[in-house]
Amino acid sequence: MSETVNQPLPSDFPNDPRVPEELRNNVFITTLDKLYNWGRKRSMWPMLFGLACCAIEMIATAASRHDLARFGWELMRASPRQADLMIVAGTVTKKMVPQIVRLYNQMPEPRYVIAMGACATAGGPFKEGYNVVSGIDKFIPVDVYITGCPPRPEALLHSFLKLQEKIEKQSLRTVPWYRPGEDDVIPVPMLGPDLVDMRRAEEIRQKAAAQAQQPVPTQEG
Amino acid sequence: MSLLGTGILKGLGVTLRHFINTYAEDLKYLINKSAAPQPRPLRRQSPKNKGLVTVEYPKERLPLPENFRYVPFLVLDTEKQEEKCTSCGICAKVCPPQCIWIVRTEDPVTKRPIPQPKEFYIDTTICMNCGYCAEFCPFDAIKMDHDYELSYYPEEQPHMRLVHDKAKLLKPDTYHASIHPLDWQRELADRAAEEAKKKAAAEAKAKAEAAKPAPSAQQPPASAA
Amino acid sequence: MAEETPRPETQAASAQPSAAKPAPAAKPAAAAPKAGGHGAAKAAPLATLTPDMQQLQQHFGESVIAPAPYVGVLLQDKSRLPEVATYLRDELKYDSVTNLTAVDYIKDGYFEVVYHFQRSTGGEPLTLKVRVPRPQGNDLSEPVPSITPIYAGADFQEREVYDMYGIPFSGHPDLRRILLWEGFYGWPLRKDWHEAYYEGDTKPFDSRWPGGHHQLAEERVPWADNVNYPPGFDPLNFHADPDAGLYDSMAEGVPGLKVVTKNGYGETTTTVLGNGQALAEEEELRTDQIIVNMGPQHPSTHGVLRMVVKLDGETVTDLKLVLGYLHRNHEKIGERNTWLHNIPYTDRLDYIVGMANEWGYVLTVEKMMGIKPTERAEYLRVLMAELTRIQSHFWAIGFLLNDLGAFYTPALYFITERDLILDFFESVTGSRLMCNYFRFGGVSRDLTEAQLAQVKELAFERIPRKIDELEELLTDNEIVKARTIGVGYLPADRSINYSLTGPCLRAAGVPYDIRRVDPYGIYDRFDFEIPVLYGADVYDRYRIRVLEMRESLKIVQQCLQQMEQTKWGDIQAGKKAYNHRVPAGQAYARVETPKGELGFYLVSDGGQNPYRYHIRSSSFINLTSLKEMVVGHKVADAVVILGSLDIVLGEVDR
Repeated sequence: MSETVNQPLPSDFPNDPRVPEELRNNVFITTLDKLYNWGRKRSMWPMLFGLACCAIEMIATAASRHDLARFGWELMRASPRQADLMIVAGTVTKKMVPQIVRLYNQMPEPRYVIAMGACATAGGPFKEGYNVVSGIDKFIPVDVYITGCPPRPEALLHSFLKLQEKIEKQSLRTVPWYRPGEDDVIPVPMLGPDLVDMRRAEEIRQKAAAQAQQPVPTQEG
Repeated sequence: MSLLGTGILKGLGVTLRHFINTYAEDLKYLINKSAAPQPRPLRRQSPKNKGLVTVEYPKERLPLPENFRYVPFLVLDTEKQEEKCTSCGICAKVCPPQCIWIVRTEDPVTKRPIPQPKEFYIDTTICMNCGYCAEFCPFDAIKMDHDYELSYYPEEQPHMRLVHDKAKLLKPDTYHASIHPLDWQRELADRAAEEAKKKAAAEAKAKAEAAKPAPSAQQPPASAA
Repeated sequence: MAEETPRPETQAASAQPSAAKPAPAAKPAAAAPKAGGHGAAKAAPLATLTPDMQQLQQHFGESVIAPAPYVGVLLQDKSRLPEVATYLRDELKYDSVTNLTAVDYIKDGYFEVVYHFQRSTGGEPLTLKVRVPRPQGNDLSEPVPSITPIYAGADFQEREVYDMYGIPFSGHPDLRRILLWEGFYGWPLRKDWHEAYYEGDTKPFDSRWPGGHHQLAEERVPWADNVNYPPGFDPLNFHADPDAGLYDSMAEGVPGLKVVTKNGYGETTTTVLGNGQALAEEEELRTDQIIVNMGPQHPSTHGVLRMVVKLDGETVTDLKLVLGYLHRNHEKIGERNTWLHNIPYTDRLDYIVGMANEWGYVLTVEKMMGIKPTERAEYLRVLMAELTRIQSHFWAIGFLLNDLGAFYTPALYFITERDLILDFFESVTGSRLMCNYFRFGGVSRDLTEAQLAQVKELAFERIPRKIDELEELLTDNEIVKARTIGVGYLPADRSINYSLTGPCLRAAGVPYDIRRVDPYGIYDRFDFEIPVLYGADVYDRYRIRVLEMRESLKIVQQCLQQMEQTKWGDIQAGKKAYNHRVPAGQAYARVETPKGELGFYLVSDGGQNPYRYHIRSSSFINLTSLKEMVVGHKVADAVVILGSLDIVLGEVDR
């Protein structure tokens, strides 16, 4: 049995060399970016949103043993309007993906997405299934992927720390949600004869028309 | 019949007990740290524990059981500096989601397969961590890893990173021995037994050959083989 | 006539599907090539008739009821199905249809709809088969009479067969797709229907070894995605309504209901129904009837279930379920997998109780192969299955209380206990949830001394104490009682008719537990009871779970004691193998999982892969009765009643 591994956690505000030695315990200087990111990364609220097996491990992460609230990711909100983070925990099916995209569109910015487990990353063991989407990143942008089927609760916590690192690196000057421009609303996919990604509708129309001309479908990629 | 409200009070008693125990259990060891039976994460997860159960993950972590399985890795024989895998393909056959791809090495002249994989891919985005590959490998060449901290940013090209190639899959057998001590001991014992068997067989053969020439001197030489 | 199947003597040869590929098979019969299904292959043996089947045959005549290949009887004239079903229910007392599925015998050109009828008093199920000719292409087949009016439990199962095979059931009250959506192109479980990522009929694929080089599935297919469209499909001029028909019957009495369908490029108003006049004329305090969609993203639905409820004020007047948001195509993938491949997939059915599912599957395959696990493996199986039951009930009760509004405290307490059991699972099997522990003829690993000590401490000390604590916390709690007693009442006869199984049925006073009524494993060696309660409401469904945990604990304790006499390390009967061949045949076997009866209906053609892999899922079939339980209650109770059924979406949608 291995001993407890003690790793120092990175300090949120490391001492700045510009501060004199004797004042370091009393004074720290920071940038607005750091303060802003510190606040954000320590108060991330995930959405209460489970799809499949990974959701059970997600609940286990939020439960007493791992206690997500230690990181300030205080409580899971069922409403997308109150959530900062979507954990796509489980297999994304074609029938479910319009709802997921709609929920993502309803989340206020800044918003983050974690693809938890093999299924959410790329379809997982069910990838070959006819009702399974090969990864949520085909529809919404993902910030952190986790490998595993299902990932252990610790693996999910690890991805949270990775996401915190990412948030730390963001700058107020460059973040897209304070820039003027279009909202990146993702068109909700349509459930037709099969799942239709509306961003690719024109391409699908052309290919299907070409297939109608030549009834034998090509099998090579 | 019980008085209305006693059930609620009884239930609240349970939560109160939990509340007190939460602090009492750890307080015991705060004064006398050496009295703690086990390191903190283990103690908190032991069936005897009544108090707090939280394991403060990045700082402290639970020990993983030997059998724990995450994604597979290939064992590198550190003595010979080559992989133990012979590219027999059993792992690719038993893999339920078919996430293992093996390219065999071919002899450049005879075009016969050489028992060594030229390339070995495991698509960890499909892998279901079932452990069949390790369980059915006859050469102890593929094992299940304990490293679960596998998160990636999309900038790290997850789909290429998450498809593990041979360079990423190969890990030395010392690492395998460190995470699977019991399995490693069994492997060593198996190997020793096999060598003893080989040796015994060789000795028997040598003996037979030493004994044979006298009676078989008149017989055709083919029977000696 | 096309649908008239020939006499049993002549058609016996056609019933056995030939091997999927001409591989060197262990059984010569399976590998023999056949022409049109009437070739020289060895005839599948006809089933021997049980007394009940003989009575059925006597009553309807041999021209109607004939012995079917391998198992059960074949109904020659499908139009007489309702008559036969009524006779089975009323005269032979087969009071529920426990399993209903279909098999596509593509070589022989027909679909076979398979019914398993069950007596609530116990015994083997009765298998009845009906054949319909295969249609051309994507067309619907000829209809089969629905038995939903006779057996309410057939409702969802018939819809599933319709969804997967395109076999319509005439007389079904609400025949719509259930797992997929209206408008989906094709009938997925037909053998000639291939999905976009289709690579071959059987695993292992040669592209992995010896052939292959790594290639993503996306790179292989024309759409670069897991989709297929009919030729000439134009998404820009296509108006989809995946919920077509859903609101039709619910819309009555809803004034001016507009059903608006939104999709990627806009919205279309498809129906305007309802009669506001009738309501306005009522004298009493008027409340509006509205339709509310709960889910698939809703904190109370235990996953991605969608409940469409019609509310009169706060009272539920109608309810419909929309399933399939987690439909992961277990059955299609399972027919491609080898026999061994399917074991870890069964873990992911009901992902709370992985090892209970494994047992069901392994048991069915062992039944077909005719092998028995070793003594020690039997004990290990019971140990794991009963610990699984305990942890599942901890989870179920925790989240039932969550649904009641006891937000998180009980759930967190019980998840802590569950985690300790999962630690034991992880230490033995290697994973917390997806244990992949059972093998054909045994289990994968034996316990070590340390693991044995760990489980003994749990079974003899920790869990008994915690179950007492659970009862102290909840059983007498007046709020729990006020919210649950009398809520979600469904009497025993209705429960049976709905094919309800598991704790919910036993809470209605029916002592139906597969461990007793159709014993498997070594449950006959343990001293335990099947607890029965008579309230048939949410409170008794809670209490029965507590009682069952105590009984399971008794089994675990006895199991640990008796296990000492078995040989350490003797966990696998025969040689460990990965390339099993299962003799051609059919089998249905079931186990009692914490949710109810989990059955597997497997058809083998003698090859390496199941020809048909059907999962009789308890969560799915238990949901059929939800409507009757919920209607008349407040919407807040609907959430609680759903919680008391303890469904897991992985098993509902499969």
